This record gives sequence, C-alpha cells and structure tokens, in this order.
Amino acid sequence: MFENLDALLLARIQFAFTISFHFFFPAFSIGLASYLAVLEGLWLKTGKPVYLDLFKYWIKIFAIAFAMGVVSGIVMSYQFGTNWSVFSDLAGPVVGPLMAYEVLTAFFLEAGFLGVMLFGMNKVGRKLHFAATLMVALGTFVSAFWILSVNSWMQTPVGYIMGENGQFLPGESWWDIVFNPSFPYRLVHTVMAAYLTTAFVVGAVGAWHLLKDRANPHARKMFSMAMWMAAIVTPLQIFAGDMHGLNTLEHQPAKVMAMEGHYQSHPEGAPLILFGIPDSEAKTVRYAIEIPKASSLILKHDLNAPMAGLDTIPDDEEPPVGMVFWAFRIMVGIGFAMLGIGLWSLWGRVRGRLYDMVWLHRAAVLMGPSGFAAVLAGWITTEVGRQPYVIYGLLRTADAASPLDAPAVAASLLAFILVYFTVFGIGVWYILKLMGKSPQAGELGAKRGDVGPIRTAGITPGPTQNPGSPDTLPSAKPTDKERV
Amino acid sequence: MDLTVIWAFIIAFAVFAYVVMDGFDLGIGILFPTFQPGRERDRAMNSIAPVWDGNETWLVLGGGGLFAAFPLAYAVILPATYPLIIAMLLGLVFRGVAFEYRWRDPGHQRFWDAAFTGGSLVAALAQGMTLGALLQGIEVEGRAYAGSWWDWLTPYTLLTGLGTVAGYALLGSTWLIWKLDGDEQAHARKLAVRAAIATIALMGAVSLYNISLNAEYAAQWLTAPHVYFAAPVPIITAIIAASLLRAITRDGNSKPFWLAIALFFLGMAGLGVTIWPYVVPPGITIWDAAAPERSQIFMLVGVALTMPLIIGYTIWAYWVFRGKVTDEGYH
Ligand code: HDD
Ligand code: HEM
Ligand code: HEM
Repeated sequence: MFENLDALLLARIQFAFTISFHFFFPAFSIGLASYLAVLEGLWLKTGKPVYLDLFKYWIKIFAIAFAMGVVSGIVMSYQFGTNWSVFSDLAGPVVGPLMAYEVLTAFFLEAGFLGVMLFGMNKVGRKLHFAATLMVALGTFVSAFWILSVNSWMQTPVGYIMGENGQFLPGESWWDIVFNPSFPYRLVHTVMAAYLTTAFVVGAVGAWHLLKDRANPHARKMFSMAMWMAAIVTPLQIFAGDMHGLNTLEHQPAKVMAMEGHYQSHPEGAPLILFGIPDSEAKTVRYAIEIPKASSLILKHDLNAPMAGLDTIPDDEEPPVGMVFWAFRIMVGIGFAMLGIGLWSLWGRVRGRLYDMVWLHRAAVLMGPSGFAAVLAGWITTEVGRQPYVIYGLLRTADAASPLDAPAVAASLLAFILVYFTVFGIGVWYILKLMGKSPQAGELGAKRGDVGPIRTAGITPGPTQNPGSPDTLPSAKPTDKERV
Repeated sequence: MDLTVIWAFIIAFAVFAYVVMDGFDLGIGILFPTFQPGRERDRAMNSIAPVWDGNETWLVLGGGGLFAAFPLAYAVILPATYPLIIAMLLGLVFRGVAFEYRWRDPGHQRFWDAAFTGGSLVAALAQGMTLGALLQGIEVEGRAYAGSWWDWLTPYTLLTGLGTVAGYALLGSTWLIWKLDGDEQAHARKLAVRAAIATIALMGAVSLYNISLNAEYAAQWLTAPHVYFAAPVPIITAIIAASLLRAITRDGNSKPFWLAIALFFLGMAGLGVTIWPYVVPPGITIWDAAAPERSQIFMLVGVALTMPLIIGYTIWAYWVFRGKVTDEGYH
C-alpha cells in the first residue's frame, strides 16, 4: 500500500503518526493527574464523600489512559534511534542528556508511585497515599518539562558548539540549552493545553450526566469544577499563545509567514487573513477574507509596520504552507470556542442557573474532544512549520533519517497503524464506557469497578481485603454532610 | 577510571536491572497459559500489577542512557536490529495494556490474556535476539549501519532469543513461588524446574557458540591471564544451578528467585567480559561511541542525585505490596 513512497517520507509519516497518538494520552493524563490530586486533597481537607467518589470514578479512567501513554511513549523513545539515527548520532550529546534526565526525574517518579496510587489506598494510609498521588502528578509535569526542552532546543538551538565529527556538542552552559529561547513559552502553552483538554473532558462527562439527571450531585460538582477551569484558563491560554507567536516571529519568521498565509511582503502593514485557501503554486491565498493591517497590529503593535513574506525565503527553505495555515486556524478557532463556553458558564453562574442550562450542557458535551483537536493542531503548526529542518536552520529532516530500506519502514508503519488503531481504539472505547456510567455514592476504586477479580473468581471478599471498596478506606469524617 | 568506563557500567547496571525486573513480569506473561483462568491467573497478574510499570522504566533508562552516553552506538544498533526493536515495542504495547483491559472487559478476558502472553513472548524473544545480533557483530561504515535489514537473523540469534525466553520464564516462575501459596505455588515450582533446566542448557550452548563465533571472543576467555578469571565461572555457575534446583524443589520461598537472579548476573557478567571493550563489535569501542565529557558529567550529576532516591522509593513500593498475594490481590 505504500510502495511509491520513499523511506524518508515513510519515516516521517510513522513519526508523526506515533507521536500524535502518544501525545493524546499525556495531554489527558497530565491534566487528569492534577485533577485527581485536587480531588483527593479536597476530600482530605473537607471530608466530603463526593470528592472521594469522584476521585475513584476518574482514577479508573486514568489507569487506562496512563497505560496507553506509557506503552506509546516507549515506542517514541526508541524511535529516535530506529528511524532518525543520523539525528541521534549528531544531536545525542546535547538532547540525549535532557531525555536521560526525563527518565531519571519523571518516568521513575510516575511509575514508582503509580502502583501505590492505584492499589495502595488501604495499605499506606491517607496521607501517604495522597503523597503518592502528588508524586504521580508532579512526575507528569516534570516529564513535560524535559521533553519540551528537547523539542524547543530543536526549534531554537543555542548553547552548542560544532564538533569536528559533525556532532552538536554542549557549549559552556547547560542552562542555555535547557532554557533555550522558545522553551518557556512552549512549556506554559502546552501544560495549559493539557489542563484545558482535561477540563473539557471532565466538563463533557459532567454535562452528559446532568442532561440525564439535573440533580445528580457528582455530575454537578465535576461540571462546576470544569467550568471554572474553562473560564479562568482559556483567557490565559489565549494570552500565552499570543506571546508564543511573538516569540516565534522573532526566531522562526518563516513559520509565522506560513501561519499567516503571507506569501508576499507587505511594506505598509500586513492584513490578517481570517480564511482563504493557500495556493503554493501561485503563491497566493485564494478567496481570502482579510482585515487590512490587522496582522501588523497583532504581531508588531503598529498598523503600518512592514512585514516580510515568504518571497524573502528561498523556496527550498519554506515550510508547507497549507497544513500550517489550516492547523493554526483550527487551534485558534477552538481556543475562542472554549472561551465562549467559559463565558457562558460564568453568566449561568451569576444567574444561579449553571445546572439548568440545557443548551450549555449540550454545547459542553460537544466540546468534550475539542482539547485533543486543538492540541494536535497546535503541534502540527509547530512541527510542520519548522520544516524542512529538524534542528532549525542547521540539520535538514532529509539528512537526519536512518539508512533503512523503504520496505522495512513501510512494514513497520503498517504494523503501527493496525496495532494502534485496534489497541488504542479499544482502550478509548473502554474509557467511554466508564464515562457513560454515572458516578455513584460509594464509587469503587481503581481495579474493582463492577468487574473486578472478585466477581470473576466468585469469592465474596471480607472488608479488610477489599481495598477498592470505600468501607475499607480510612473513613471520612462522620459529621460530613453531602453538599454540592 | 575514566568517565566512559563509569558510563559503561551505569548502562550495564540499567540493562541488568531491566532484565531482572521486567524479566519476571515478562516471564509470568510467557507462563500465563499454564494457569487456570479465574483465581489462578488473577493472582499471578495481581502479583505484578503494582510494579510492572516501574520495572519497564529501566528499559527506557537503558535506551535513553545509551542515546545520551553512547549516541553513536544507539544510532548504529537500532537501525541494525530494526525489525526486532519494532516487534519488541509492539509486543510491549499488547502486554502493557492487557494489565488494564482484562479487568475492564470480562467478556474478552481470554483474548487479553492471550495478548498478554503473545506480547510478553514476542518482547522476550526480540530482546534476546537483539542481544545475539549485537554479539555476533554489526557491519558499520563511517558512522552508520551498513548491512541489510535481515542480517540479524541467524541460528545464533535464535539461540540467544530462546535462551532469554527460558530465562525470563525462570525468573517469572520463581517470583510466583515467592508470591503464591498452596496449589498455585506447587504449580509454579513445577514450571520453575523445567525453566531452570532449559535456561542452564541454553546458557551453556550460547557460551560455547560464543567461543566459536569469533577468534577475539575465544581469546578473551582462553588465553592467560584471562583464563584464570574465566575458569572458575563455569564452576560457580554449576554450584548456583545446583542450589537453584534444590531450592525450587525443596521449601525455598524467596530463595529460588534470588538464585535465579544470581544466575542471570553471572550470565551478564560473562557477556560483558566477552565483548569488552566494544559496545558495537567488531568495530566500535566504548570510547569511539562516547558522548563528550561535558555531557557525561552533566548526566553523572543527575544519576548521583536521583539514583539513590529512585532505588529508595522503588524498594518502598515493593515493600508496600510485600507478602503473599491474597485472594483479593491488590484490587
Ligand atoms: C523531541 C522531539 C519532538 C517532540 C516532543 C515532538 N516532535 Fe514532532 N517531530 C520531531 C520531533 C519531535 C522530529 C524528529 O524532529 C520530526 C521527525 C521528522 C521531522 O520532520 O521532524 C517531527 C515531525 C513531526 C511531524 C511531521 C512533520 C512533517 O514531516 O512535515 C508531525 C505532524 C509531528 N512531528 C507532530 C508532533 C506532535 C503531535 C507532537 C506532540 C507530542 C510532536 N510532534 C512532538
Ligand atoms: C518525541 C517525543 C517524546 C518521547 C520520546 C516521549 C517518551 C515517553 C516515554 C518513553 C514514556 C513512557 C514513560 C513510562 O514508562 O512511564 C512517555 C510517557 C509520557 N510522556 Fe512522552 N514522549 C514524548 C513526547 C511527549 C510530550 C511532548 C509530552 C508532554 C508535553 C510528554 C509527556 C509524557 C507524559 C506526561 C508521560 C507519562 C505517561 C502518560 O501520561 O501517559 N511526552 N513519554
Ligand atoms: C486562541 C488562541 C491561541 C493562540 C493565539 C495560540 C498560538 C500558538 C502558536 C503561535 C503556536 C506555535 C508556536 C511555535 O510553533 O513556535 C502554538 C502551538 C501550540 N498550541 Fe496554541 N494557541 C492558541 C490556543 C490553543 C489552545 C486552546 C490549545 C489547546 C488546548 C493550544 C495548544 C497548542 C499546542 C499543544 C501547541 C504546540 C506546542 C507549542 O509549540 O507550544 N493552543 N499555539
């Protein structure tokens, strides 16, 4: 099925395919780990059982998402060597140590405490269990820190010296390499993206159960929490995205030209193209709907500032415009849609009708997967926009690939496509099934659900052996009343 | 000792930790079909559910450490064994998700149990064959792999692959002797005897093959002064093997597991002596492949600071789930 493609293109498709799948899971589990920590913290602080129930409801979903994130991540860490061996050899001395730090400071932390977080609640006591949850959440964040540092260094490489054998070698200071110019922006923007992705999933699940039963206390609680996130984090994210764009303009102007669809230079103020169809042959955007001079206003804060276009860049250094242009618009469009939901929920809250607004609930259900779409679109903007380079301005993607035969890569790509769609498709289906059930008072823990080993084994557990069940947990304060 | 040698030992340690720890997980996967569906399988699964993710992380450290400390070796070995690595990764996908999926979908539990076994088997075989492919030598030109994409497939690599499968089965069954009791423990003992015999036989075969594989390997072992160090190795191995079999058939509880680890340790140390000082035989030594000193030092600081903590909380996590698996397991 891939016989006409060369090994390089196949390797690029394979990398894009596997990383896109991988990133779906971290985008969800970074946010969900923090959400679980918040829920458990609130439960410990207030003693209200609703928080514990929600914790147990979401931890089952987290366990599945996390497993998928881990197995798809291991694929990524080996793929640098299998498919991009020239890149690995040349850039290894600089990016290798950062990835080693990721393993040492993040992956071990997550994996080491995950077992206790999932199954250890009645073995270690509340405080220690909460500590384990916090460690897992911290691990997901630290992991994002290092891997984004690597990616940002590839976008804005600094702090290196060239070795005689063509390798990139670390220069005077590791600090320069780790905190390279685009890293702070990318870290902030990506972590907030993960929080928003999770918030919209939680919000959609809450809204779904509210549509079925408006009085459902668990659904109310999670819907309300998610809507606070939407209202507060979305504006921050849009602001961060804008700052990120200014940073990109400084370091990777060609990418911004592609995002904006500016084939031509505009000496006296560039228009903001809202929509249109980029035509790279004719070097123009067809059917463009544009606001005159607005692009200069946004990017340079001056209506008449001159802006260079792709005509100033040699053709063989231009990124593919169409993909970047569209992906960017999808992300920004979703960002504003998220803002809309956030504002709508604030208005509902002010009127005291947050749980009665059926149309808001329907819209929130519809927006459930929007975070994933925005995150993917964002990465496509970033990664395609830096082409044809893998280390920006220094190493071309075409020169970075492994010396592999096309049939080898075609076979592996086909295998990844088949396995990922089946295995992760089924995993997502299990997650959706769990989400379809309403959270209950006395929700069961990570593994038990309704189909734990007990049922299959046909044994009725005694209370002390039954870590999943709430009556074996250190009990909530007896005076608590359910109040949402 | 120079930094490059220290790094070689760190990578070797990570690989050893991986082989032992994920080895028993994968071994249980390999033996899974011999357990009855229901209680037996659930208990076997529950004995590793809280720790498998941490165990697998050593694989990421082994690969990531190689990338960082010996980038050239990473860039040569992985393309040379491309189909094996991809097969291993896909195998690990199946076995990793099976931990969760089998509880989520009782209607298809049998299917996910099979995925657990298939994934474990493929991963173990691929790991062993990758090791064999490395030992038999990789063709290099300039800074890149120069062979074809089937070079790794030889009778020798099949032998190392099978040896690894048997060894993992040994680790898995001895782990189960430790974690289970009653009938299931008796069953694990039976499996362990067979796995031990197979492992020892295959280890012997691989060792002999090694010596015939290339003259330099033979020289490592058979010339003075090496031969004085080498001679006791088979004797020590025989003693450990005998005590292992005894411990398995007698009342040994955790003892068989520790002895199985000792056997693995000897095997790995032997391989280390064989290929030293190459990281990619026959052409690339550890010094050829090493990252510059600045990278080595930066990472060494990281290892020195984090490794004690990692080992500490890993032990704690095992300690939390110590003892026999109860009926309820950890669920
Ligand atoms: C550590 C580095 C790194 C990280 C964190 C990412 N990428 Fe990337 N990406 C690369 C390193 C890279 C690369 C090695 O540099 C590639 C491989 C081939 C290429 O062109 O660049 C690449 C290519 C690449 C392409 C193909 C572009 C093309 O060939 O035209 C896409 C669509 C993505 N990536 C998407 C993603 C997504 C969705 C990510 C979110 C997690 C992501 N990348 C993170
Ligand atoms: C090419 C790039 C990437 C590589 C090589 C990579 C590698 C890995 C590996 C090996 C794992 C499994 C770790 C384990 O065993 O627990 C993993 C999981 C994870 N990765 Fe990635 N990763 C990449 C991209 C990213 C990005 C861009 C992010 C976040 C911004 C990220 C965040 C995470 C997180 C949070 C986990 C934990 C598991 C989960 O949450 O699902 N990764 N990654
Ligand atoms: C509406 C306002 C937004 C603006 C102006 C904006 C701006 C940007 C820009 C300019 C980039 C590319 C940076 C580069 O490649 O150098 C980017 C990347 C990205 N965006 Fe957005 N964004 C917005 C909303 C969102 C939302 C709502 C999400 C997700 C929920 C998101 C997720 C991402 C991700 C994951 C990346 C790739 C990683 C990175 O480079 O930071 N963005 N964004």
